Amino acid sequence: MSKAAEIDIVSVSKVYGSTTAVHSISLKIPSGSYCCFLGPSGCGKTSTLRMIAGHESISAGDIRLGNTVVTDLPPAKRGTAMMFQSYALFPHLDLVDNVAFSLKMKGVDKEERRAKALEMLKLMQMEPYANRRPAQLSGGQQQRVALARALITDPEALLLDEPLSALDPFLKIRMRAELKKLQKSLGITFVHVTHSQEEAMALADVIVIMNDGRIEQAASPRDVFERPATAFVARFMGDHNVLTGRVVESGDGTVTLEVAEGQKFTVAGPAQVPGSPIDIGVRTDRVRLATPSEKTLGFHGVVSNVEYRGASVKITVLGAGSDDFTVIATDADYFKTPVAVGDAVPLSWGLEDAVLLGRVAA
Amino acid sequence: MQFDEPETEHVTAAITDEETEIDMPAKPAIGVRIGKVAAYLASYLQAVPLALILGFFFLLPILMIAVVSFWDYDFAGLYPDFLTMNYTDTLGSWVTWKTYLNTLKYTAMVWGLTLLIGFWVAYFLAFHIRTTTMQMVLFLVCTVPFLTSNIIRMISWIPVLGRNGLVNTTLIEMGIIPAPIEWLLYSDFAVVLAMVHLNTLFMVTPIFNTLMRIDKSLIEAARDAGANGWQIVWNVILPLAKPGIAIGSIFVVTLVMADFSTVQVMSGGQSASVALMMKNQMSLLQYPAAAANAVVLLIVVLLMVAAILRVVDIRKEL
Repeated sequence: MSKAAEIDIVSVSKVYGSTTAVHSISLKIPSGSYCCFLGPSGCGKTSTLRMIAGHESISAGDIRLGNTVVTDLPPAKRGTAMMFQSYALFPHLDLVDNVAFSLKMKGVDKEERRAKALEMLKLMQMEPYANRRPAQLSGGQQQRVALARALITDPEALLLDEPLSALDPFLKIRMRAELKKLQKSLGITFVHVTHSQEEAMALADVIVIMNDGRIEQAASPRDVFERPATAFVARFMGDHNVLTGRVVESGDGTVTLEVAEGQKFTVAGPAQVPGSPIDIGVRTDRVRLATPSEKTLGFHGVVSNVEYRGASVKITVLGAGSDDFTVIATDADYFKTPVAVGDAVPLSWGLEDAVLLGRVAA
Repeated sequence: MQFDEPETEHVTAAITDEETEIDMPAKPAIGVRIGKVAAYLASYLQAVPLALILGFFFLLPILMIAVVSFWDYDFAGLYPDFLTMNYTDTLGSWVTWKTYLNTLKYTAMVWGLTLLIGFWVAYFLAFHIRTTTMQMVLFLVCTVPFLTSNIIRMISWIPVLGRNGLVNTTLIEMGIIPAPIEWLLYSDFAVVLAMVHLNTLFMVTPIFNTLMRIDKSLIEAARDAGANGWQIVWNVILPLAKPGIAIGSIFVVTLVMADFSTVQVMSGGQSASVALMMKNQMSLLQYPAAAANAVVLLIVVLLMVAAILRVVDIRKEL
């Protein structure tokens, strides 16, 4: 189980009738990495996964797994295995037969396939339940069986369709850790579809953020967090406030923009055409409730909501053309100078806390 | 009630100690008890209408048949008695055994054919028709023939299969056969054909219902594991369709075992079935003999249903 395949997606599109679910995306998933497809529902992430698995035909483009073009191969010939959202365990078979299913299809004889399946169940610590039916298991146990069934085919890549969405919050976190551990020990490529930012951040080596059938950003969690590529990524990940305006001045490695309400902000970045639309992202946890040292690194707004979260306090501010400018203050900072809804507050941040956001070419 | 007694006394004692003047203590206890009894009765009252309907129209007739089967009779009337003659006559006659064998033969053939046709029709509807609207339209198309009566559908085979019927004339005119095929009508072939035609829908409906409940991701999971189309049908769909197959089988088996009109019309009176035998006995006013036959048939059919239910657990389908 040491072989792992690089997955190369080349200008792949998926068209259903008159709607395009995936717009000619290209992506390289390095071999042996844990890749998370992240995005809101309907963004094309599941379609992409299903195209890699072979359960959805590819309308245009090619997918390569290792050195083989798998575009037209049936699922079982691709060297991938899929774990379905609802686990799709066969309700009429016991766990051993569920896990041994693919061996049975290959014509492996009964003794051998049952022995192999038991070994796999042992690896997943599900051996004591070997003779039960799936309906007699909890969600977490079902997931382990589904993993065992997928892994028994000795795949080069494991494809997981929202594997944790059916679990309760505590189990979600536990199974998440197990998945990561498993991926590390098997060393094969995992492609995991999720709509949870937290899950993607915790698991992935590469996060692929999709929106409306296009890839907005494919990068390491740290890059996605620190340097979101687009306004969509910044908003979706929720760690940046997005301010939208037009370029008024640029040069010397900084760009100044003006928002609709007239405030001007400066951000580090390459020169831009004056008058062109531009978005910047400001880290929610770096904004301070203090008078800005420079006029273009902060503004005055009105508090519209305060949420206490224990270690931190989330303050929502109206101003600078944004109605949900968010400030995450530590509880210690907040309680030194508490604010209430309706208060006018100054906000400030450093030049290094703002990033210039790009736009995806349509 | 026994459990209530000491407790009531206890309560009474407690209250009388404190308020000796007022003559209240026993009353609330009785009130509570009446309430309890009323609640107890209410659930029985709610079950009464159904019990009455089933009692009058189902249990009572069966009981009467069972009772009459022990009576004596001659050409003029029935005489209450307790004779086992009707049973010994029925079971002792080789005609009965032959007729049962013939009926079982029809049942087996019709069951096999309706299962084969019914499963594939249901499979096609459930897995190869993509839109739900189209599935429903095609399913309704399957049911359209059932808007006419059994007799009409059965009799309409006669001009098709007859000596000078559609099939024979066509084949002769095409020069495929020199003379009409005799066994098309008034034969076992005609009986089985008509029965399959009449009963296939009873197989299609429950199987279609079961297949529609199969999670489509199971099919994908099987394909992901390398199963081809036949392997998916054999290893996933067929096992999961078992409850529907069992329900359809119960319908078909009970209907065919009790059939007399199809056998009579389509065999031209040359074949017999158990129900046809009973019908003949009744037309000769031999009600007790027919009743004994009915009891035996009922037992046989119940045993067959029990056997089907033993093989397949249909509870989750109900």
